[in-house]
Amino acid sequence: MQKKLIKKYLKMAKIKGDILVDIEECKGCSLCVTACPLKIIALSKKVNSKGYNYAYLIKQDACIGCADCATVCPDSVITVYRTKI
Amino acid sequence: MSELKLIKGNEVIAHAAIRCGADGYFGYPITPQSEVMETLMAEKPWETTGMVVLQAESEVASINMVYGGAACGKKVMTTSSSPGISLMQEGITYIAGAELPCLIMNCVRGGPGLGTIQPSQSDYFQACKGGGHGDYHLLVLAPASVQEMNDFVGLGFDLAFKYRNPVMILTDGAIGQMMEKVKLSDYKPRWTDEEIRKMSDKWATIGKTPDRERNIITSLELDSEIMEKINQRLIDKYNKMKQEEVRYEEFLCDDAEYLLVAYGTSSRICQKSIQIARKEGIKLGLLRPITLFPFPVKPLERLANQVKGMLSVEMSAGQMVEDVKLAVNGKVKVEHFGRMGGIIPSPSEVVEALKQKIIGGK
Amino acid sequence: MENIQKIENIVCQKSKVLTDNTMHYCPGCSHSVVHKLIAEIIEEMGIQEKTIGVAPVGCAVFAYNYIDIDWQEAAHGRAPALATAIKRLMPDKFVFTYQGDGDLASIGAAETLHACNRGENIVIVFINNGMYGMTGGQMAPTTLVGMKTSTSPYGRDIDLNGYPLKMTDIVAQLPGTAYVTRQSVHKASNIRKCKKAIKKAFEIQKRKVGTSFIEVVSTCSSGWKMSPVEANKWMEKHMMQFYPLGDLKDSERDNPDDYKKYMED
Repeated sequence: MQKKLIKKYLKMAKIKGDILVDIEECKGCSLCVTACPLKIIALSKKVNSKGYNYAYLIKQDACIGCADCATVCPDSVITVYRTKI
Repeated sequence: MSELKLIKGNEVIAHAAIRCGADGYFGYPITPQSEVMETLMAEKPWETTGMVVLQAESEVASINMVYGGAACGKKVMTTSSSPGISLMQEGITYIAGAELPCLIMNCVRGGPGLGTIQPSQSDYFQACKGGGHGDYHLLVLAPASVQEMNDFVGLGFDLAFKYRNPVMILTDGAIGQMMEKVKLSDYKPRWTDEEIRKMSDKWATIGKTPDRERNIITSLELDSEIMEKINQRLIDKYNKMKQEEVRYEEFLCDDAEYLLVAYGTSSRICQKSIQIARKEGIKLGLLRPITLFPFPVKPLERLANQVKGMLSVEMSAGQMVEDVKLAVNGKVKVEHFGRMGGIIPSPSEVVEALKQKIIGGK
Repeated sequence: MENIQKIENIVCQKSKVLTDNTMHYCPGCSHSVVHKLIAEIIEEMGIQEKTIGVAPVGCAVFAYNYIDIDWQEAAHGRAPALATAIKRLMPDKFVFTYQGDGDLASIGAAETLHACNRGENIVIVFINNGMYGMTGGQMAPTTLVGMKTSTSPYGRDIDLNGYPLKMTDIVAQLPGTAYVTRQSVHKASNIRKCKKAIKKAFEIQKRKVGTSFIEVVSTCSSGWKMSPVEANKWMEKHMMQFYPLGDLKDSERDNPDDYKKYMED
């Protein structure tokens, strides 16, 4: 239900979001995966040099830049971008 | 500008602190030195010099407040007596490990445990050999008069900041409570923020400005290689103290055949003992250490070549005597005499002990 | 697909007051989140040059490696004593302590109570995850009854270990406190509320009206032996039931004039 609403507002407000994950600093804690309201973040099957499965954006075009992921990220590895299109 | 006053030992500590521009005093009541804080509270220096005076909830809190203040590059101090000083040991080693300057006064009373409230000299080990954990030392000053109580506050702070190390004034309940004529120190203003910045911006937590890295005051270092270097730096510091800061006084030592070694109240008793002994034809002298750490090793080495025996006179079971023995290195007989439980020996008792243990023992 | 990853489009990024050091905390640890919030607040208020932090003994002993301000390392539990001296000697600085539950409520209980009772104009940040994390997960004063730790392997037992201690509730009753609150950082909405609370505390310090005390009910994934996501759920279900969120006090320290009447003839 929430997903549909957000997609609706997305189309109305014409907001585009994106995230940049610092792969090497990510500890694979999964808090961003849980926090994302659209459930478009997942942990990669690949690991960084420390052995952590890092987070990545599954569906880039669906991101609305709400920044919940960056808010919950303990290590500040996510930079969030947002713009109007 | 300096004033002469008939004043009590503990009270003069308070006045000396205000006059040397101390920034803060954090303490807790304990007999026989509560007058220090009482005098400070009565003088209200926060209204005149801006000095902070705070009665803390315990000695543990007091010494940690001193740590916090010292880390800001401020002149801060605390005073207590033996049981309270025991509580402060953790804080003291943290201050030494973090290389912070501060002044601590121990007005020694009889121990161990809750002990007595009468004077004693049984905290020599605690003051000079550690007390807290780890390889560190306090620079220890032992006043023998109320004048020296006054003078050692300013001197103590100077040495503390010279070495970035805690300095202890090791006195006892007798000197703390006695009244003598004192020439009070001149007033020195407290350091301004600018002066502190110039002196201590490299290490003190006074606010990280863009022109430098953040300052971290800590004694923690988990990397052993680095920690060893830190420990070595501390050792080098103490070696420098041994080279440059030894202070002592000789009394009638030039022709002495026997030597008394005593500090603080015991040294004053010994001066009378020497008069008694000399009347009886015994050529007795006194070496009075003023710094207990660094210990006056060289004068003792020199006198060991001259005298036939030494008696360490301390109001304890015998603590400084070990350092006297170490200094003379077996060259000459060294014994201890002292009363415990808070009793001050009489001058004739000391002479008797000298006869029995040193002269008679031959 | 247009690339919008441009500087002008940034809405959220790592605070400049956080250093480049990778935090040593376990993945998902609440410490990291609270560090981030404090750094952001210092940046937003422009007080990096005026803030002095006092670090605890506990996992956050290395807090000074992460937030780029001057720091002092306190002995276990003694941070409020250090902060008292710092603030009284340098009243124009912003002073805060950052302590865990063992540090603040066990060995440091006296220092905590007395600093709050004196109404020192400082901010105390209290990270409560119900155990001693750094030393391997031992029981703390805030461990819940029945909660298993390495020194309560069968669960905390009241007869053996006494009751869990609600430090925040005690502190809220002390006359020197201004703002006492319990927050959490397990969801984005809670994190935003927690940040507001900490910022409020720093603003209160400006007004010099008493001590601010912020408990952050937190997780310890390693100590609780759960994943970060599971730990957050467990915390919400169990910890937050015993330590409910919300403001316990939101005013100023008691008016000193109200206390004069007891000495009147």
